[in-house]
Amino acid sequence: MARKFLSGNEAFAEGIRLSKPQVISAYPITPQTIVVEKLSEMVENGSLKAEFIHVESEHSALSCAMGASAVGARAFTATSSQGLLYMAECLTYAAGGRFPIVMMNANRSTALPWNIYGDQRDSLSQLDCGWIQVYAKDAQEALDLALMSYYVAEHREVSTPFMVNLDGFVLTHTYETVDVPTEEQANRFLPAFESDHKLDLDHPCNLAFSAGPEHNSAFKYKEHVGILKAKGVVAQAEEKFAEIFGREYTGLTENYRIKDAEYVLVTLGSIFGLAKETVDRLRERGQKAGLIRIRYMRPFPAEEIAEAVRNAKAVAVLEKDISFGYEGTVYTNVNSALQKAGISLPTVNFIGGLGGKNISGEDIEEIFEELKEGYRGVKFMGIGGDGQWRR
Amino acid sequence: MVMHMKPCLREHIPSKLSELPEAPAYEAGYLVTKNAGWRSVRPVIDREKCVGCLQCYLYCPDGVIYRKDGKVAVDYDFCKGCGICRKICKLGAIKMEEER
Amino acid sequence: MTEILWHGRGGQGAFTAARLLGAAYALHEGRYALAFPSFGPERRGAPIRAFTKLDARPIGDRSEIEKADFSIFLDDTLFGEQAFSQLKPNGKILLNTKRHWEDPKIVFLNAEAIALEILGLSITNTVMLGAFSAVFDGITSDDIVEVIHENMPKKLQEKNIAAALAARRAILQEK
Repeated sequence: MARKFLSGNEAFAEGIRLSKPQVISAYPITPQTIVVEKLSEMVENGSLKAEFIHVESEHSALSCAMGASAVGARAFTATSSQGLLYMAECLTYAAGGRFPIVMMNANRSTALPWNIYGDQRDSLSQLDCGWIQVYAKDAQEALDLALMSYYVAEHREVSTPFMVNLDGFVLTHTYETVDVPTEEQANRFLPAFESDHKLDLDHPCNLAFSAGPEHNSAFKYKEHVGILKAKGVVAQAEEKFAEIFGREYTGLTENYRIKDAEYVLVTLGSIFGLAKETVDRLRERGQKAGLIRIRYMRPFPAEEIAEAVRNAKAVAVLEKDISFGYEGTVYTNVNSALQKAGISLPTVNFIGGLGGKNISGEDIEEIFEELKEGYRGVKFMGIGGDGQWRR
Repeated sequence: MVMHMKPCLREHIPSKLSELPEAPAYEAGYLVTKNAGWRSVRPVIDREKCVGCLQCYLYCPDGVIYRKDGKVAVDYDFCKGCGICRKICKLGAIKMEEER
Repeated sequence: MTEILWHGRGGQGAFTAARLLGAAYALHEGRYALAFPSFGPERRGAPIRAFTKLDARPIGDRSEIEKADFSIFLDDTLFGEQAFSQLKPNGKILLNTKRHWEDPKIVFLNAEAIALEILGLSITNTVMLGAFSAVFDGITSDDIVEVIHENMPKKLQEKNIAAALAARRAILQEK
């Protein structure tokens, strides 16, 4: 292992180098660009032996990756924001075709108003397209997820494409210390990709055909079962990962000081670090604050969340997302998990960080303060009932 | 394994989940449903003019043209009637006829 | 946590300095650093900021620094009264300038002269990194040599090391 000072984008590119994809097809977009640049440099200097395909759009980037996956090659692509939306048509194709492509998405706001800064509305708007979705908290986890994503996606029982999300700028462009594993370690961890369904002259097969009403739901059911099986395979991957790399991960969620917590905040992505520091501060003042970080949005950790908040008094969901006309998507999912588990707690949805707006430690303290009021519903952070907003 | 030059229907239509593949991917040539209902014109091969050069076979986007006695024939279960074969045939051996 | 705010103009390498500082500090086990630029589109010559955070434990707060322990100006045309409001109570300003300053909060040097002499260019980022290592205990001259070797293109390394160490010596002599 080598200790390096890398940005989230660079760390992720290192993880992809170690995963040895055979085909990379991607179109650059801020704030993902550096991943594509780094990988093309690696291909150029020979440290990564892959075919790098320059494409003219994100739609083509994922189409290309599907073609590669269809001949049994390990494929990678990356995008962000409008780029993800432009490839939306291909997202369901990749998932339905059960092509285990890995894609990095730099979470960025979606237009209009046009904005290049981070929020999570891009990927959360695509939750239903059949991809596994994970959100990294820091550059180290980003690198580690690059390796784990292929392990899980390509597992025969899963065979599902995998989207790794990194918060735009605050994670993609921030430099921090990262342990970069050796190739030998990576090779021990990640088996070669073997596909059951590929274009193969020795075993010709018919790929990506249509299925009418009589068979369609059967295929869709199989797709659903495949992504659900990722739960168990994530655990398996993390066990093997800890053995080889010495770093432990905690499955679909990561909890912090949750055991006796009365007030629980649910978060997604890199805000976790700041939320942890805030919880420590509140604990020092005698407040029983706790934290859940959702790592995987799909498959969704419904049981894990319900179990963690069973004895709490109230739950807040802080997310950089809004499903216009209702509420934040993470909030909808969390409430559904609690309802199914028979837990009736006040839950509050805090919509914050849209278009890159900073969320401070004081903002998070305020969330815990407001949580005590027993309110249920949606709050836009920084926007008061009097129509004033804080810049 | 028998290599088919044209698609054909599976004799056994799966009715259990365990009989279906995980991905929409079958062994070569096998399809589950006929797919030609929207064809309004059909290619008809003039077997006198056809020399079996297989240009139409190469260009057919649905792979429905197959070899027969040194010449070609069309699988009307899957032909959509696009007419590319007629366009590509230099000998004028393919005519498009209206479906009735 | 020690928070360092860098001020420069697009093209002067302020962010490179912020990154080199974080990397130098984090060379040692048990030390953590974050470094990031002010995000967004930038043109050459426009005022930009960059940020370095140093601590003995992992740093969770990824937001911009509002109050700094050290505020470093690569270009004194960017320096003004507002610089003091961006400092913590014991904060210090490190300034590249030709002028002499009496204010005890300001540590100053003619970094441009050092850069012109050693690098042959008026790029002051590694010079100011060297100067910073003289006012902050956490970075040794060995760290600077190592971090430049690891992070700069080979043909730039020796000159930049010489420039950084010259600035470090200049400040230490003043002390």
